Amino acid sequence: MALDLDQLLNDAKGMIADAHSPDALEATRVELLGKKGRLTDALKAVGQLPKEEKPAAGQAVNKIKQQVQGLLDERKLVLDQHALAEKLAADALDVSLPGRAGYQGGLHPVSLTIERICALFGSLGFSTVHGPEIEDDHHNFEALNIPAHHPARAMHDTFYFDASRLLRTHTSSVQIRHMSANQPPLRILAPGRVYRCDSDQTHSPMFHQVEGLLVDRDVGLTDLMGHLEGFLQRFFDQDDCEIRFRPSYFPFTEPSAEVDIRINKGPWLEVLGSGVVHPEVFKSVGIDNEAFTGYAFGLGVERLAMLRYGVTDLRQFFENDMRFLAQFH
Amino acid sequence: MKFSENWLREWVNPPVDINTLSDQLTFLGLEVDEVLPANPGFTKVVIARIDKIRPHPDAKKLRICEVDCGTSDLVQIVCGAANARLGLITALAQVGGVLPNGMEIKEAKLRGEASFGMLCSAAELGLSDSNDGIMELPESAPVGELLSSFLELNDNVIDIELTPDRGDCLSIRGIARDLCAKNDVSMLLHEITNVTPAHDEQWLVQVNPSSSCVRYCSRIIRNVNLTDSSPTWLAERLRRAGVRSINPAVDVTNYVMLELGQPMHAFDLDKLQGSIQVREAGEGESLELLDGRTVKLSGDTTVIADDSGAIGIAGIMGGNTTAVDENTTNIVFESALFLPERTIGKPRQYGCHTESSHRFERGVDPGLQKEAIEYATGLLMNLSGGKPGSVTDWQDKSALPIGKPVLLRRSRLHRIIGVAPDPANVETIMKRLGIACVRKDDDWMVTPPSYRYDLRIEEDFIEEVARVNGFDSLPRTSPVHSPVFQEVKETFVSALAIKQQLVNRGYQEVVTYSFVDAEQQDTLRPDLTALPLANPISSDLAVMRTTLVGGLIDTQRRNQSRQLGSLRIFETGLRFLQAGDAVPDSVLDASFHDDLQIGDNLIQQSMLAGLAVGLREPEAWNTASEEVDFFDVKADLEALIRNAGGADISFGECTLDTLHPGQRASVLCNGISVGYIGRLNPGLQNAVDINAAPVVFEVALKALQSAKLPAAKGVSKYPHVRRDLALLVDEKLTWSQLQSCIVDAAPAIVQSVLPFDVYAGDKVEKGKKSVAIGLILQDFSRTLEEQEVEAAVASIMDAVTQQFGAELRG
Repeated sequence: MALDLDQLLNDAKGMIADAHSPDALEATRVELLGKKGRLTDALKAVGQLPKEEKPAAGQAVNKIKQQVQGLLDERKLVLDQHALAEKLAADALDVSLPGRAGYQGGLHPVSLTIERICALFGSLGFSTVHGPEIEDDHHNFEALNIPAHHPARAMHDTFYFDASRLLRTHTSSVQIRHMSANQPPLRILAPGRVYRCDSDQTHSPMFHQVEGLLVDRDVGLTDLMGHLEGFLQRFFDQDDCEIRFRPSYFPFTEPSAEVDIRINKGPWLEVLGSGVVHPEVFKSVGIDNEAFTGYAFGLGVERLAMLRYGVTDLRQFFENDMRFLAQFH
Repeated sequence: MKFSENWLREWVNPPVDINTLSDQLTFLGLEVDEVLPANPGFTKVVIARIDKIRPHPDAKKLRICEVDCGTSDLVQIVCGAANARLGLITALAQVGGVLPNGMEIKEAKLRGEASFGMLCSAAELGLSDSNDGIMELPESAPVGELLSSFLELNDNVIDIELTPDRGDCLSIRGIARDLCAKNDVSMLLHEITNVTPAHDEQWLVQVNPSSSCVRYCSRIIRNVNLTDSSPTWLAERLRRAGVRSINPAVDVTNYVMLELGQPMHAFDLDKLQGSIQVREAGEGESLELLDGRTVKLSGDTTVIADDSGAIGIAGIMGGNTTAVDENTTNIVFESALFLPERTIGKPRQYGCHTESSHRFERGVDPGLQKEAIEYATGLLMNLSGGKPGSVTDWQDKSALPIGKPVLLRRSRLHRIIGVAPDPANVETIMKRLGIACVRKDDDWMVTPPSYRYDLRIEEDFIEEVARVNGFDSLPRTSPVHSPVFQEVKETFVSALAIKQQLVNRGYQEVVTYSFVDAEQQDTLRPDLTALPLANPISSDLAVMRTTLVGGLIDTQRRNQSRQLGSLRIFETGLRFLQAGDAVPDSVLDASFHDDLQIGDNLIQQSMLAGLAVGLREPEAWNTASEEVDFFDVKADLEALIRNAGGADISFGECTLDTLHPGQRASVLCNGISVGYIGRLNPGLQNAVDINAAPVVFEVALKALQSAKLPAAKGVSKYPHVRRDLALLVDEKLTWSQLQSCIVDAAPAIVQSVLPFDVYAGDKVEKGKKSVAIGLILQDFSRTLEEQEVEAAVASIMDAVTQQFGAELRG
């Protein structure tokens, strides 16, 4: 009997080792431990033994059975691991291939620049407002202290529709609309399209400006300079960025200043016009000139974008060549 | 305004070099555009006299000159100029010299004859535009001297760009005044004395008060000799100011204009017929101008006339019939003041922008006319002799633009500039600028001089203080600010958020012109009338856009011509519609456009438009090369609509012929059409010159801008049940019809209805299609019983069978 069991264990070891697939292992399990399996038979045989031999024999068979079960579990683990390894090997990818392609979108550089300007002034409490692009003479000129026959009109090559309607030549018209409808203190930015009847390499008949306006109890030239210098330094975010203010003339500001910028000791470039709001402008919108003062500025978006991003031809902004635009993603 | 540095330094000579001087001008607001050396760029050019001249033996047009250039031997030069002649004093570029065009002078042989240099024309030396022979220098020119020292070319030409308020700086003296203030120095003395008349003859001048003229000075000068050209110093000063030398009389008027700022005119007295009359032109009256053109005058133009009619446009250009030439012996000088408001626009109208009109458009010192005529008389008499008469000086005193006293408050100065003013500094600046300044307690009464007609209000004087001290000397400050919360509305979707979402879905933003080609516009929106520009820049940018799709199609065309055929692009911006037109519904409802109305019949509406064409996905190793279709773009639009949960947006029937009749839908917001989506009608492809019909959409931006405030509900803990139905229906039946029937019939436990397959083809009956629908059923508070599910499916089946004759597909 003892010899039988040793033989059985040896056979079982051999059979388990020979099972090379989960199916073969299952067949082996049935052959050994199934209803008609050899160990089941051995247990049955124990039943036939005399009563005094039963406990020892039963113990011996159960021990073998546990051993066999252990071997089966061990083998199953090996086979499972093997199968997984094979499956993983079969699923291997060339991970150097590119990821699934999709179209890459982006905002236009003019929008990016406007957003950046609005974000910087937004941090000082300026909110963004909009106005119409087809304007009337009053908002574009008269209320800005540019009466008919004013020499400053020659500086604006205006597109007209008829005697009363025109395409706005600057975003300053939005100041007038905003001040006519709101009382100070005011801090606004008005970005948008403006139009001048002029086209060559450095002029586009349509371009973008951002108008800024701050009206409060005591706002003067030094405040204007402080804000604009702070803005330009943060906008260009460059160590060697010089800014200078020059007296200039706009009918709607007095004093007026042009602002030039120079990066890395390059040439001085004019980037914006600004000034202290002219009393006539306050008068035209019904703001008390003695109670309030203010500053206003208008900056050229394309000009800033060209300087910031190294664009050399203004016209590229409106050609919309995808290869040009993709550089701003 | 271009002028010689040396000339300016005759009026004010601060101890600073040209770079500092140039910076000073710029920071005074007289922006220096460029500073160029007065020498156009020649070297080793000396004054030489032709002492011998003989024909070239082998060339008809050439001659062999032997010139004296101050050295012991004569130098042989071969010359082709027709005016080369014995005794002529001219300019010789010596061997080793360089001309402004870069040419180096070398020894040469011309047809076998040696030439040791080149006799030069003024044009070759960059001193003139006209090329009429070699230079003819005056007898007094010292032979052997460098031409550059003779012409005093050790000088710079300063070009400044002036703002329109500073007409007073269109003169050397005006610029000098600003520099005096800047450097706190006095102007160098230039005494302009009155000329004693040699006779008392005056020409009769009649000024009509309705004309633009408020002051008119004139003077007769008889017996002048204009046969010689102006001296070199005068011609050179004019050249450096960009003015051509013509004859001494004309040159003197230009010189006085450049130096003092008073435009003048000289008439040939013997060509005048009767008195000089300053009056408005007769409508349609014609005039032959000095430049040879004949113009028809409009009635609002002031002219100078004599008995024969107009002989000049006041302050702009003289006429040909009374022009001074070298044979003129008797002249009448005019030194007048014409008001800017009556002059502006006229140069443009007549196409003659002159030095004179440039000044009269900006304003001229009303105190200058007599001084200028005296100065010019003295100059001309020095050059050309002559016997002057006495000056006539007519003026309309009440109309002269004379500045009034203004109160300049110290407190206001502080407030507008931002720093406390130093009273002594303010007074010095006022004095240097010629502004009368009287202390009044803390403040001042200030009165501008006649030449500073731009100074009218308190702020103008404040700017003078800041300007002369220099903006860069001021501190940078930040105004006191009491910030208040700004609105952050959750129910508002910003334009940027909408744009960003399209960007995230692979769309590139573009910016196209707001004015477009009328014909293409009409092709795309024949139902709308575009607003035309009165003065378009070109015919393809002539009308305002009624749709943003045109710009997107232009972008497709431009990119496709550069082999970029797959695009996803969008643009936001205004479109411009005229009321009274068959305008889209969204325009009639004010909630779909901002209040950007100008007058009653124009609407400026913010739109969002998109275009997709080409491959659905960029070509790659793992993508199918499929073309983008209607549903790809609809998904993008639906993504925006999902964000705009505050409005009820749906798709409906569309009748826009610009779109493919089988692939188009209108976008409805609360039942109102706010836009459309569809494939461009392939029939239009050729008309708009593109090689593939894109899918486009255009929606009123406002319809996408209201979001819903989330109102959270609990979620069910119980399992959901799914039932799939394959329905056989008429192929014309739309999903939205079927869906609304199912939704109406379904009990509340039906949570969603999903079409997961649509099939028409061989495997179903002709004229029918199979629509496979997934139903998700769930209850919030319990697990559903099987019979409830069955009952729900049955009621749906009953409804679709009854309404559409749908059958379950086996």
